[in-house]
Amino acid sequence: MWKWLHPYANPEVAYHFTNKVLPWLSALAAIFLSIGLVWALVFAPADYQQGHSFRIFYVHVPAASLSMGIYFAMAIAAFSSLVWQLKLADASAAAMAPVGAAFTAIALITGAAWGKPMWGTWWIWDARLTSELILLFLYLGVIALHNAFEDKNLAGKAAGILTLVGVVNIPIIKYSVDWWNTLHQGSTVSKLGKPSMSLDMLWPFIFSFIGFSLLVGVIICLRFRNEILARNSIRPWVRNLVQEHTTK
Amino acid sequence: MNTLPTLTSTSLLSAVNLTCIREERLLFDELSIDIHAGDIVQVEGPNGSGKTSLLRILSGLSQPYDGQVQYKGQAIHRCREDFHENLLYFGHLAGVKGELTAEENLDFNLALHGNNSQDSLVYLAKVNLSGFEDSLASHLSAGQHRRIALARLYQSNAPIWILDEPFTAIDKQGVASLEKLFALHAQRGGCVILTTHQDLITIKAKQIKKITLDYSFDSA
Amino acid sequence: MTLKAQSAQETEEVAAMNDSNKLVHSKLDNSTLENSALDTYSLESKTQPTLQLSYRHAFMLVLKRDLLIAMRHKDDIINPLLFFVIVITLFPLGIGPEAQTLSRIAPGIIWVAALLATLLSLDRLFKSDHLDGSLEQMLLSPHPIFLLVLAKIFAHWLITGLPLILIAPLLAVLLHLDENSYTALILTLLLGTPVLSLLGAVGVALTVGIKKGGVLLSLLVLPLYIPVLIFATSAIDTAALGLPYSGQLAIIAALFFGSLTLAPFAVGAALKVSTN
Repeated sequence: MWKWLHPYANPEVAYHFTNKVLPWLSALAAIFLSIGLVWALVFAPADYQQGHSFRIFYVHVPAASLSMGIYFAMAIAAFSSLVWQLKLADASAAAMAPVGAAFTAIALITGAAWGKPMWGTWWIWDARLTSELILLFLYLGVIALHNAFEDKNLAGKAAGILTLVGVVNIPIIKYSVDWWNTLHQGSTVSKLGKPSMSLDMLWPFIFSFIGFSLLVGVIICLRFRNEILARNSIRPWVRNLVQEHTTK
Repeated sequence: MNTLPTLTSTSLLSAVNLTCIREERLLFDELSIDIHAGDIVQVEGPNGSGKTSLLRILSGLSQPYDGQVQYKGQAIHRCREDFHENLLYFGHLAGVKGELTAEENLDFNLALHGNNSQDSLVYLAKVNLSGFEDSLASHLSAGQHRRIALARLYQSNAPIWILDEPFTAIDKQGVASLEKLFALHAQRGGCVILTTHQDLITIKAKQIKKITLDYSFDSA
Repeated sequence: MTLKAQSAQETEEVAAMNDSNKLVHSKLDNSTLENSALDTYSLESKTQPTLQLSYRHAFMLVLKRDLLIAMRHKDDIINPLLFFVIVITLFPLGIGPEAQTLSRIAPGIIWVAALLATLLSLDRLFKSDHLDGSLEQMLLSPHPIFLLVLAKIFAHWLITGLPLILIAPLLAVLLHLDENSYTALILTLLLGTPVLSLLGAVGVALTVGIKKGGVLLSLLVLPLYIPVLIFATSAIDTAALGLPYSGQLAIIAALFFGSLTLAPFAVGAALKVSTN
């Protein structure tokens, strides 16, 4: 497997590969997102209890699970960068962090907006929302640490160590927050998760979930490309690229 | 990546294809050096040319962008403890605590690196600090701090000495005796890698190997 | 027993080496460069760690040094403690003096104040060593980094965590903490403050090279403190109700051992990045 992966560890190859993949990925993302969202927001039936406010679910849940997923992906990248000294893994982790933070913020905002009709208040110390808030802090910490270093290589390593420390802590934090929540809240919060969904709700959800995942992929690829260029700005191939662009 | 060239057994420390990038400036590219027992190596170059970076990479404090440093043919991060036991690094910062006395500082530094700290008073005398043994380092000058740190050289039995500007804030007499010490160390089978702005006086030029780093600003 | 025997043997070896060194250096004293007698001595680079201190020695060496420095710089011990006391006295002033309200929120206040006081004192863990170059020398020593780091963290806990625990009962009185909770408070602090020092050390190690790392440090470290805060305050609350709180204590103990084994390595890796 390593032999197959090896050429992609070269920044130039990775750059061109990303370039090739991007249009396809963007097209797929656009198709899935537009089908999924139009279906979910216009055609899918309204929830019999929550009415139309239920539709925020089609954005909230993908955002929330992607926010977690991106952190784990970041941790994997950080691990491979620290252990195998893959410089590109650093670049990919740096590309992921702000995207993850943005999706965490989306999950929080949509969660709060969903809470307003449900609970009558914008914020409630619900276990999931609280975990999501702490996850946002973790993301912001990684981003702030990354920005605090002038040298990109060092920034990547430092942020990588923090990411790994964070990923070890996430399950503990999640567990402690759940535990804290059941202790203090009793039975006030009705369980939201896993309602038995009818098929005409499930399909638009699946489409929008895949759409959002692809969107994340596209944004990360775009950012990854920029990170590669920024980190290799003194390399001849980047200079040639810049020259081609300026002479055009 | 190509397989790294094998080195002759006599080289103590060697740099293999080192590349160093700092703040998006290429300081040196594909630099290879072999340092043998008995060598005195002087790293030269204008300010900002990467002298300190090179010494820090050689000592293992910094990681190069590319390439590796080998101790007796083995990458230094693979034999960290062995390498560090045989290394004495003296950087810009003296590593002297203001809250400790001169003697306590030297004792700690010696003990930390596994050297005997019994005769520390003798070594403090050698760097002209007799009478200051019990003064807190915070009451001493920068030059005296550096001399406390340099006193370690007299006791060290590490063969590899990496010294970044050892003569800064040291008087003429001190410089002369340090140079003597370097020559002696080389003669005993050690090696000295140093940067300095002044030329070495007592050590003959032909004894010194020079590495010149000339970072050219136009390539930025 | 075997360990002891080994270290005794080591010290013997050390003594032997010292003798030979003395000989060489007394020769150096009255010899000039040309003296050919020196040629008999050659610097063999050591392949086997003959002079290496045992782990325990290295640990004690750093621990003693840090404690000595702290003793000569007492502000570092007293100031976070004063901060702890002042923050806690602020709460009754802000909330009101009703004993019932205060005793209800006392565990949270004490623990949050302890978190902040620890955070405030974390900076001294590596900052001054980084600024004067001692940190570099420690990283270049032949000892494993995690050992030195552990010694420094332990010293830090003795200097800042222990006084906090000693003074906490006094502050608990001020906050009308339930009488059943005192043991729980002490036990949670005893198990929890080392976790704060260990996790905090990772944050400091990451930010020590950054010029204005102070605020950043709190951003990095405070989210990691949340589990300790939750379980510690809950243990104290449970104790106030007269219920067993060993479950929470066990979890804090698990956090302690987890961070004790993992944090020193993260700190070592982070220090290598910071001194780069």
